[in-house]
Amino acid sequence: MKPETLTRPAAAGLGLALLWFSVLVLIPLAAIVLSSTAGGWQQFIGTITDPETFAALRLTVLQALGAALVNVVVGTTIAWVLVRDRFPGKAVLEVIIDIPFALPTIVAGLVLLSLYGPESPLGINVVNTQQGIFLALLFVTLPFVVRTVQPVLIELDQDVEEAAASLGAGRFTTFRRVLLPALIPAITAGASLAFARAISEFGALVLISGNTPFETEVASLKILKFIEGDNRAGAASVALVLLVVSLVVLVALDILQRKVARRG
Amino acid sequence: MKTWKSRLAVTAAAVTAVLGMTACGGAAGASGPQLSLVGFSVAETANKAAEAKFQQTEAGKGVTFSGSYGASGDQSRKVAAGAKADYVQFSLESDVTRLVKAGLVSPDWNTNSTKGIVSESVVVLVVPKGNPQHITGWEDLTRPDVKVITPDPKSSGSARWNILGLYGHELATGKSAADASDFVTKVFANVTQWAGSGREATEAFDKKVGNVLISYENEAILARQKGKDYDYIVPKDTLLIENPGAVLSKADPKAKDWLDFVLSKDGQTQAAKAGFRPVIDGVKTDVQGANDPSNPFPTPDRLLTVGKDFGGWAAVDKKFFADGALIDQLRAAAVKK
Repeated sequence: MKPETLTRPAAAGLGLALLWFSVLVLIPLAAIVLSSTAGGWQQFIGTITDPETFAALRLTVLQALGAALVNVVVGTTIAWVLVRDRFPGKAVLEVIIDIPFALPTIVAGLVLLSLYGPESPLGINVVNTQQGIFLALLFVTLPFVVRTVQPVLIELDQDVEEAAASLGAGRFTTFRRVLLPALIPAITAGASLAFARAISEFGALVLISGNTPFETEVASLKILKFIEGDNRAGAASVALVLLVVSLVVLVALDILQRKVARRG
Repeated sequence: MKTWKSRLAVTAAAVTAVLGMTACGGAAGASGPQLSLVGFSVAETANKAAEAKFQQTEAGKGVTFSGSYGASGDQSRKVAAGAKADYVQFSLESDVTRLVKAGLVSPDWNTNSTKGIVSESVVVLVVPKGNPQHITGWEDLTRPDVKVITPDPKSSGSARWNILGLYGHELATGKSAADASDFVTKVFANVTQWAGSGREATEAFDKKVGNVLISYENEAILARQKGKDYDYIVPKDTLLIENPGAVLSKADPKAKDWLDFVLSKDGQTQAAKAGFRPVIDGVKTDVQGANDPSNPFPTPDRLLTVGKDFGGWAAVDKKFFADGALIDQLRAAAVKK
């Protein structure tokens, strides 16, 4: 460890990054951890094992995992179509993909309710069902995988695929041995983002989900209820569980990504 | 952080003051104090009208206002956390109690002639125009063809009035507590949307997620004034909604004059025009948007109150709305049905 390894501008940069990160992320996170244990370990366990809270947490995590998985397949496909295919309206589609990012989520909720509620022009009514929640999550998480995979695909040299083909590799083998290893880091990064977003979503699904305890109540709504009931420790406990689950999923995806990339 | 916040607050106050003065064309005079009103959402229309009238009185000359309106619980927590306020007006007494505990409001705030209450309303049932399902009262909410929307009492404190109205129906008709629980469970099984807030409940109702919305009379009247084509039914027995208002301990002295005005005949008339039931006798005014504008506030056969029939808010919160208390139990039972 030589002290000279960090130049002065680099040190300043690191300092700024750490300060920024602390103020915006670390300190609020520490506050959540602290307040979740304000009532003691017993109370934390009591809160998250309460049947209603546990049901909300389970529903949220499972739905978010499902949404991330669907995005892995559909998002990658959309990215592929956007990069490799030429078709009329492509430029429009490029822009539309990002709308779920830009739309305030409560507006998204209203739009979904109009489209898939009792007055649905498509005849699909998913209000107060878990399918409704899933739909809302798919909507808000759509851009993540598309936008992480797209730039990697653009950079990917098509010559490599052709070389693989000329050496006798079938389409599937080319995909598995050449394309997938290159795309996996981007796909997992997109899936992690989608999962993290889905697990904390509130606005887009509060209108369509019906919020019935044990059936369609998600964790973020449970947090709101704890706050309204002046139970901050309860709210922080649920938030902490979401944080830990996110962390576990992020780490798991990272490990998976490394493994697959190495095997390729 | 603190200085940023206070600087921001000062800037905001200055901008508001300047805007306020320009709007009044200088007639209000630049010397008067500015009162910060912090209230629950639907109080805004009534307050805006009352502010203009107050400024015309001797006591209100030169006083300007800044208003902040939102969900009652959020507003209360905001003030408890240090947001500036001279006068607060909430949906629920417990939102004032929070400020009493924080030392911001005097413990004797509810000892005046109206016991701290500044506006009243009743729990009503809102239905689509023409009442196609012929809803007449609480009993209809258990019908299989009825889908109920209400804000969730756990996420929207104001919805606690709705749930007590529902529960109180059985008590008002002489039934036992067990019958009341059974009745509420049946209605809960018919709820298609436990909305996060009153606003979201209305959105869901507009989108036909349900066909009966449990709401307040004043909100129904205000919505009709704003052009919504709802009908509303005042059940034969229902719950009296009592919204508290209080002056903060460190408020500008003019805040007390404002509260006096709010409780005066003039002040209550403005509130009545926005749909609230007056808290004093002798207020006579037509109310647009009411079922009968010339007799806007019909007296129900039986009007329950939280104080007389439920033993006060402290008892209510403990028995009904605490985590794991009666409402949680009945909801769990409704899901299993």
